This record gives sequence, structure tokens and C-alpha cells, in this order.
Amino acid sequence: MSGDGSGRRRGLDGPAPEERPTPAGRRNEQGIRIDPEVEAKQEPRRTVISTLVEHEPGVLSDVSGLFSRRQFNIESLTVGPTTDDDRARITLVVEEPDPGIDQIKKQLRKLIPVISVRELESDAMRRELALVKIDADQPAEVAAVADMYDGKTVDSCPETATIEITGSRQKIDAAIETFEQFGIREIDRTGTTALARGTQSTAAPASTTESTAEAASHPQNQYAPADDD
Amino acid sequence: MSERATSIPPEEQHDDQDQDQDQDQDADATANADGNDTTAGATGADAAVTGDGTQPKPVTTGAESVVRALENAGVEYAFGVQGGAIMPVYDALYDSDITHVTMAHEQGASHAADAYGIVSGEPGVCLATSGPGATNLVTGIADADMDSDPMLALTGQVPTDFVGNDAFQETDTTGVTTPVTKDNTFAADPDRVGTDVSEAFALAREGRPGPTLVDLPKDVTNAETDREPDEPATPDTYEVTEEADPTIVASAAERIENATRPIMLLGGGVIKGEASETCREFAIEHDIPVVTTMPGIGSFPEDHELSMEMAGMHGTGYANMAITHCDTMIAVGTRFDDRLTGGIETFAPDAEIIHVDIDPAEISKNIHADYPLVGDADTVVSQLARAVETSPQATKWRAQCQQWKSDYSMAYDAPEDEPIQPEFVVEALDEATSDRAVVTTGVGQHQMWACQYWTFTEPRTWVSSHGLGTMGYGLPAAIGARLAADDDQEVVCIDGDGSFLMTLQGLSVAVRENLDITVAVLNNEYIGMVRQWQDAFFEGRHSASDYGWMPEFDKLAEAFGASGFRIDEYDEVADTIEAALAEDGPSVIDVHIDPQANVYPMVPSGGDNGQFALAEDQL
Repeated sequence: MSGDGSGRRRGLDGPAPEERPTPAGRRNEQGIRIDPEVEAKQEPRRTVISTLVEHEPGVLSDVSGLFSRRQFNIESLTVGPTTDDDRARITLVVEEPDPGIDQIKKQLRKLIPVISVRELESDAMRRELALVKIDADQPAEVAAVADMYDGKTVDSCPETATIEITGSRQKIDAAIETFEQFGIREIDRTGTTALARGTQSTAAPASTTESTAEAASHPQNQYAPADDD
Repeated sequence: MSERATSIPPEEQHDDQDQDQDQDQDADATANADGNDTTAGATGADAAVTGDGTQPKPVTTGAESVVRALENAGVEYAFGVQGGAIMPVYDALYDSDITHVTMAHEQGASHAADAYGIVSGEPGVCLATSGPGATNLVTGIADADMDSDPMLALTGQVPTDFVGNDAFQETDTTGVTTPVTKDNTFAADPDRVGTDVSEAFALAREGRPGPTLVDLPKDVTNAETDREPDEPATPDTYEVTEEADPTIVASAAERIENATRPIMLLGGGVIKGEASETCREFAIEHDIPVVTTMPGIGSFPEDHELSMEMAGMHGTGYANMAITHCDTMIAVGTRFDDRLTGGIETFAPDAEIIHVDIDPAEISKNIHADYPLVGDADTVVSQLARAVETSPQATKWRAQCQQWKSDYSMAYDAPEDEPIQPEFVVEALDEATSDRAVVTTGVGQHQMWACQYWTFTEPRTWVSSHGLGTMGYGLPAAIGARLAADDDQEVVCIDGDGSFLMTLQGLSVAVRENLDITVAVLNNEYIGMVRQWQDAFFEGRHSASDYGWMPEFDKLAEAFGASGFRIDEYDEVADTIEAALAEDGPSVIDVHIDPQANVYPMVPSGGDNGQFALAEDQL
């Protein structure tokens, strides 16, 4: 033991650590009690969280700051106006294990300018938009591929064609992959926009007590076309 | 209760304000007796009629509206430092009955306001100018944020037209403070600026308390307005759940009834929610051993048989044994900080957790709650008290807890032929003061000795920097605590030499304001906690922890105009403490303690609470 000139054993009396009883139980990283024999690891899942906020300066940085500060894994964030001039909607795609998703929702609700937070069901309508600028050496083939993905030509010149694709993330991924054969010069993609289906309100005001259980129990008997219709 | 840090349904707000005013009268009477504010008594009497003094003059500027908002909220003291951009507010404050304490440094202003909030239960107010004034406040704001202390910070800002131009003394204050405030606002409109302040004050206090900030551009405070501020109220988007879900309360109650190894874990939320009395009654009624977190110190009397005292990194051995082996934990107002839990995997691994917290985001953040009870601590514990019909059968467990108390006694050696042991000094200070004495500290070894060896029995008597761990907190906190405490409460700052050195310019404030505080510096000429860790984990390499030399704090105190004392020997301890406490103004005792003294028990970072070390060779 260093730094002690007196040589006296310093500290307190009592049974040493190895003489003490120890409980058999364990908790996992999320603080959930587990069977110590079984490694209970929570897998991350991707989900869409829709947030209605006061349309005021600083709210976007409040939300994005929260995500970086708390190390929440965010894939995309889109923000835009709503039917109410005083409110904006922020749509977030996040990927976290369940406890992390719960934390995200709770932490978002704590922000004062946040009016409501809701995790959308898996059948929610989700759309992204991408602009893809492609080498136009083979204009006919480019047009054919664009057609396959319901793409629109936004701009063209002898060297390039720029195609607008909207749809699910998967559809856009697939379109980009197909366009790669022509040579992609530049891409810009929006994040996901999303709304709940049917008469459900995506982020109704005054829903701070809404729970995941409630979100999961929405009637599923409405017409729900394929996500990528 | 108006000082309760919980939300009030809108229909009760009026009542609440009346109560505030009643309380103002009481507090004013105290201030008057203290001689600090000779006009306060008269103001208090009028307050019952008009709410803010003798026929308030209508506001004419944004700055006056800001000050009017503070007056409406019942603010009595503000702590701050002048400067260019905040000058209009200070000019308005000149005519106000609010007592402004000019601090030596803005960091001190925020710590003083924080401590004022802890002791009084009402938000402490601090002010600073733009730029460096605002950034100097940040440490204290972050400190209040980590500890959920109610605080309102008002910062000057360059005129709106200059914002974004990198003007002189411009800082993006709302940007800088967003991560460390409960909410902040850039005041953009002179007609609204007073209401911004009212709202920030209410937000600091309601629900889970915390620091709020209003950034005040000079053109907005200088501008003409006749708009009186609205009464303090939280915005519509802010909702607080008061009462927990009765179904979960019922199942939690059943769990408590069937527990064989129950404990209560009381956190800082118990004190902020004024739930100490309810928790005490519940624990005593059902004979449940009580462990506290560090901010929860004072929620339960440490001299009670059921008290296991503080758990965590430097908690008592018996508290850590109880927390590790319990089968049911009733955790109230705690956020399960890592200094409390140690390694998550070994934290109370056999316990079903009943977690009471007003902030839903604390539920299952670090430790999974089997019974999540979101609501106000006092309300929810009362709900539990009504729901629990039979006490748990835990005779054996209580005997075990008592056994641990004797197995892991905190008794320490104090050989006469060695330098003074710090534990002895803390006990002597405790002995020499009343049960209601307020203790403030810096951060480090001295802080841990203060937790461990002072016997706390009352809430709002332990004032420390828990979550942020801010060295230098102790002295400015003592200033704020002194003004919030009753006259018959002593205010003692147990400080370390390193911590004291960081903010000792505050002595000038204590002397100027003639504040009766006693600072005991446990001086080992080290950053002692770092030195202790270096001995344990860095092969004794004392990199930058050994000051090797410290100024003579007693003489330094005298230079400031305070009384200075020095202790080197055991036989000087009692008399010197008595003499220092007898001083009416500030006094400083430079206590030269054993530089090799260490804090035990100790759970290393991320370690198993039940495997706490009692000495270095067990780490």
C-alpha cells in the first residue's frame, strides 16, 4: 500500500468481501432481472416516432440535441408544418432495443415545446423521396428503370438525368441499386414521413400518457394496403 | 403546500398563490428580524392585500416587467453579478424590495441560488450578463439540473439586431444551456418578457424541479411596454402526473405485504416532494429498513433504528448489504445514478423494484421497475400507505440488518500520535451544532466524510453537489443556504482545501453581507479523492493531485475580513469549533488533517455494491 508512511492498516473493520454472502441473481445492461444462466440480450428494432411540437425557434435543435446527448440511435429526422400554423411535426426513425425506444418517447415528452409523441404501428404509411442524378448515356434504359419504380424525370441534359422516386425506404433502396448500373452522380434523400392509417390521429395533442400498450391495441380491421402501394 | 415541488391543478392555483403570500409574510418577518431587509416586514403585510407590495406602479419597460414577474412569484433574494447587457434589469431591481446579493463570480451566483432553492424549496434566482457572465453561470446551472434543484437564471443578451453577429460579449446562451436546463427561452418580445419569466419560474418549481433560464436581449428589456406579466404558471404542454395508477399501487402493495426482505430507498425526490414525513411514517408503521441515496440524506433520521444510512460508492457497508440482499425495494424519488447502483448487473439482483417517481423518464431508465408508480412522492407513498394492509413478515431480515450494522460499523481509528482524522472533525462539528444545522460541502473526500459521519435527521439540511460533483460548491452554497435558512439554523460548510480554493472569492460576499457561516476546511494539501484513487488504481503515482502547498486559509480569511482559525491538534478541535461557531459573521477554520486519510467503505466504479472494500487491499 503506497503513500502511507505510518504503516497502519487504514480502513474499517468487518468481514472481507469474499466472506460475505452474495445473491445469485443478475441484471442485464438494461437493468432488467435475468436468469444468470441465460444471456437475455435485447435486439434493437427500427420504428417510427411521430412528434407534434410547437412551431418555434429552437425546437429542432432541442430534439436533435436530445438524441446526440443521450446517444439514441437515429436514422432520419424530418420536420415540416402541419394544418395548424403554430405546430410542426417531426418524424423520427430510430433503431434501439425496446427499453431505448421507451426512453426516447419519455425524453421527447419531457421537452416543453413537445405536444405529443407517438410510436407508429408497423402498418403506418411511410414515404421517402429521393432525387437520383444518373449518367444518361443510355436514356431509354434509364427511363425504363424509372418507370419500373414510378419515378419521374425532374431534369435531363445530354449527360445526366435526374429522377424523383417516392415510396418506402425499401423501394428507394431498390431503385438506387438498379440505377447504379448507369452510374449515379449524386443522391439526395429525405427522411421518412409517416402518418397513421385510417381515422387514427398520428400524434393527437394531449396524449402524454399514451402508452405503448395502447399504441399496440389499435384496431387492425381497416383497409391496409401494402406499404409500398 | 406551496413549497412542495409538485404541480397544482389549475383550479387550485389561486389557493396556492395565497399560500405563497402567507409564506412570504413569515419569511419576511424572519428576514426583518435578521436585519437584512428593513422594509421586508412592511412589504409582507401588504402582500396579503396586493400580492406584491404597496400599490405596485404599472410597469413601463421590459426590464420592469421582468422584475415584476419575480415579485409576483414571491422572490425575496437574487444572486448575481452586473454587466452590460443585464443593466436594464438591474436598474429595475434598484427600486424593488427583492434583496440582491452581489456575488464575486457568476458561478457563485448560480450555486448560491441552487442552495437557496434546496433549503427553501422555492426556486433560487441568479442573474448574469451576456457572454462570460452567462457561461460562468453554466456550472451552477448544470449542477442544479443534475440534482433537480429549482432555480431560475436570468441572463442579459446583446440587442436582438446584434444576435448572430458575434457581437461583444455575445454567446448563444440558450444554445449553450439547452442540455443543462429543464427549459430555456430567448425573450423576443417586450410585451411577453415578464410572462416568459413567470413561466420559467413556475417550470423550475413544478413537477420534477430543475433550472430554467430566460435570455434577455438588452433591447427587449429596454423597450417600453405596459404589459404586466401573467401570474407564474406552466405552459399548456407541460403536464405532471400527481397520482399513480391505482392498479399498480394495489399490486405493489401486495408485493410489500408479501416481502420478506424489504427496504425503502429514499432519494432526493422525497425531500423535493416534501414526502419525508409520509415516508417516515410508512417505514416505521411497517418496520421497513431505510436506505437513502446521497441527495436523499435527511429524508429519514439517521439516528433511527431502521436507518441504514446512505448506500452507494461510499455508502455504509450495512446500507450496501441491505440494498444487495433485499427482495423488495420501495425506491422513491431516485434516478438510480451509477454512484448509487455500482454495476447494474449486481444491483439488488433479487429485488422486485417498486419505483415511485414524478418523472416518467426515470422509470426503467437505468434499473427496470417492476412496479412503475409515476406521480408525486408524497401522494404516491400515501396511496401505498392506504393500500398496504399488513406489514411484511421481516423479523429475521431486520435482525440481519442490525447484524450488518454491527459487522460493518463505521467506527474509525484515531490514534493520538497521528495527525487529526477528518471523521473526528465532522463529528465534533455535528456535536457542536443543532439538529437543524445546514451542512454544505464541496466535492471529494471531505464531502464523503460529511455524509458518513454527520448524523442528519432533517430534510433540507444537507446541501451538496451530488450528480455533477462540482468542486467549489460549498462556500457559495453556504451563502445561499444562509439566506434561506431560519436564524436559529447554523450553516456549516465542510470543505476541502482544493474545493475551497476554487470559489473562495465568495468570502468577500459573506463578509460584506455579514453572513453567519462557518467554513471548516479539511486541509490535506491534496486533491484527496484523486490521491486516494491514484494509490488504489494508479500505483500511487500522484499526478497533479499533490498541491504540496496551500495558502494559510485562516490568514486568508482574516484578509477578507472574516475570522480565521487553525486546528493542528486533537485538543484544539472542540474549543476552536466553539469559538468559530460563536462568531456572528463568517469564520474559516483551517483544519490540518491527516493527509493519508482515506474514505471507506468504497465500491469501485461499476463494482458490486455487496463487495465494497473496507480497506485498500480489498479493492
